[in-house]
Amino acid sequence: MSNLSTESFVIQEDQGSSLWQDAWIKLSKNRLALFGLAVLVSLIVISLLTPLIAPYGYEEQNLDMGATAPSLQHWLGTDIFGRDMLTRIMYGGRVSLMVGFIATAVALVIGILWGAIAGFYGGRLDAIMMRIVDVLYALPFMIFIILLMVVFGRNILLLFLAIGAVEWLTMARIVRSQVMSLRNQEFVEAAHSLGLSQWTIIRRHLIPNTLGPVIVYTTLTIPSVMLLEAFLSFLGLGIQPPESSWGLLINYGVETMEEFPWLLIFPGIALSLTLFALNFLGDGLRDALDPRTSKD
Amino acid sequence: MYRFALGRLLQAIPVLLMVITVTFFLVHSAPGGPFSADKAVPPEVIKALEEQYNLNQPVWKQYFSYLGDVVQGDFGPSFKYSGRTVNELIAAGLPITAELAFYAMLVALIVGISAGVAAAIRPNTLQDYLPMTGAMIGICMPSFLLGPLLVLVFGIYLDWLPVSGWGDLPGDKILPSITLGTGYAAYIARLSRGGMLEVLSQDYIRTARAKGLSERLIIVKHALRGGLIPVVAFLGPAFAGLLAGSFVVETIFQIPGLGRFYVQAAFNRDYTLILGMTIFLSTLIILFNLLSDMLAIWLNPKLRHEIEGAK
Repeated sequence: MSNLSTESFVIQEDQGSSLWQDAWIKLSKNRLALFGLAVLVSLIVISLLTPLIAPYGYEEQNLDMGATAPSLQHWLGTDIFGRDMLTRIMYGGRVSLMVGFIATAVALVIGILWGAIAGFYGGRLDAIMMRIVDVLYALPFMIFIILLMVVFGRNILLLFLAIGAVEWLTMARIVRSQVMSLRNQEFVEAAHSLGLSQWTIIRRHLIPNTLGPVIVYTTLTIPSVMLLEAFLSFLGLGIQPPESSWGLLINYGVETMEEFPWLLIFPGIALSLTLFALNFLGDGLRDALDPRTSKD
Repeated sequence: MYRFALGRLLQAIPVLLMVITVTFFLVHSAPGGPFSADKAVPPEVIKALEEQYNLNQPVWKQYFSYLGDVVQGDFGPSFKYSGRTVNELIAAGLPITAELAFYAMLVALIVGISAGVAAAIRPNTLQDYLPMTGAMIGICMPSFLLGPLLVLVFGIYLDWLPVSGWGDLPGDKILPSITLGTGYAAYIARLSRGGMLEVLSQDYIRTARAKGLSERLIIVKHALRGGLIPVVAFLGPAFAGLLAGSFVVETIFQIPGLGRFYVQAAFNRDYTLILGMTIFLSTLIILFNLLSDMLAIWLNPKLRHEIEGAK
C-alpha cells in the first residue's frame, strides 16, 4: 500500500514540476519581473550581510560633523547627528524587510489553514468560517491597527501580529476557492481510499496544489505590508527608535528636508524602489503562474 | 433591489455592534488609566474625575450606558480637550476632511479614468505603456513620501504654492488634494484599463462597430458604463483608504481635520475621542462600502437580474 501511495505522489510531482518549468520560462521572458526578482534577492543578501558590510557602525555618530551632503566618505551623506545615511538605510531596510516577511508569513499561515479547512469540510462549517471573514472584511482595519498600537504600546511583535491579522483574509478566500475546486478530484478520492487521514490529505495533497495563486498573492502582500509599516512608522505609531525603518527615516527626513533634502530623498528611493520591484515581480508571477490571466 | 439593499443594511448592524464592543473593551483594557499620564495628581482629584467620566462604575455598566449614548449619537466628552465633546470635535473636523477627500477623489477619478481609458483604447502601444508606468510609480510612491516631495519642489524651491494650511491662503488646497488623490488615480487607471479591455472585446461592442458608430460614441456611450464597474466597486474601499490617507496628509500639511485629530488623540491617549472617532469612522466606511456595492449592482444588469431572480 505504502508503495502505491508514494508512486501516485511521484507522478503528481512530475506534473507539478513541468508547471513550474513553464512558469519559469514565462517569467524569464518578462524583463521587469526579472528586474524585480534581482532587486529582491540583492536586498535580502544586503540585509543579511549588513552588520558585516555596512560602512559604519549603527550607533556611530559624529555630532561635530552634523549633516553633510553626499561625499566620498559618506556616499549618501550624514544626518544631523553625523550618522552615515547609507548605514542607517541598510539597517532600516533590515527592519522594513523583516516586517514585510514576518507579517506576511503570519498572514500566510492563518489564511492557508483557515481557507483549506473551510474549503475541505464545506457545509455549515464553511458557511460560518467564511461569514467571519466577510464580517472582518467590513471592519476598517487601518483604524484598528492604530488603536491597537495606542492601547498596547508600540511593540514590534504586536505590529507583526496586527498587520498579519489584517492581511490573511484575502489569502483565506483564495485558498478556499482553490481547495473547493480540488477536493472532488480523483487524486483526493484516491487518497481517501488509501485511508489517509483528513489532515494528511489537506496538508500533503490539497495545500501544495494551491501554491501557485498563494505565491502570487504572497509576492503582492509583502509590499503592501511594508507600505503599512512605513505608514505607521511615519505617523510615529510603528517602529520606535533606537530601531529604525524606512518609514521612520522618511519621517525624520521630512523634518529637515528644507536644509538637508537628501535625508528625505534617499530613504524615499529605497522604499519606492523596493515596492516597485516587488509589485513587478508579483505581476510577472501572476502572468506566469495563473493561466487564466495570462496575456492573449 | 430594495430588499437586497435593506438586507445588506441590516447585516451592517451586527458589524457595527462588534466594532463598538471591540473598541470599547480594547480601550478599557489599556494599561494605565486615562489620567495616569498627568503628574502627581491628588487621589481626591482622580476620584472626582473618575466620577465625572463615570469611570467608578463596573465596566459592563459603563459599556451599556456608553452603548445607549452612542445609539443616540452621543460620544460623550473628550478627556483631553476639557469642556469639549467628541461630537463637537468631529463636527469641527468632518467638513474639512470631507472637502479634502472630495477633491482628492475628483483628482483620482479624472486622472485615473482618462489614463486607463486612453491605455485600453490602444493596448500595447506607447499610449498604453506611458500611463501604466505612471500608474505603477503612483502606486509605489506613498502619500507620506509624495506629499513632502511636492512641498519641497512646489512650495519651497519654486515657491508657487503654500506649504501648509487649508483655506487660509489661495491655492493651499491644491497640494494636499494631489497628494491624497495620486495613489487612487493610479489604482483607478489600472482598474479602468482592465475593465475597458474586457468590455471592448465583447460582442455588443462589435455590433456597435458594425453599425458604423464613431469610435468616440462607442467608447462614451457603450463601453464606459460596463468598463467602469470595477472602478465603482473600488470606490468603497478607496473611501476607507482616503480616510486613512487623510491621517498622513493632514499631518503633513497641518490641516485641522478628522485625520489629524485622530493621530493627535492617539498620541495624547485621549480615550473617549479615539473611541468615538473609531466608531464614527467605521460607520462611515461601512456605509460607503454598502453604497458602492449598490451602485456597482445597479450599473451591471447581469448582477441585478441575478439578485432579483434569487428572491
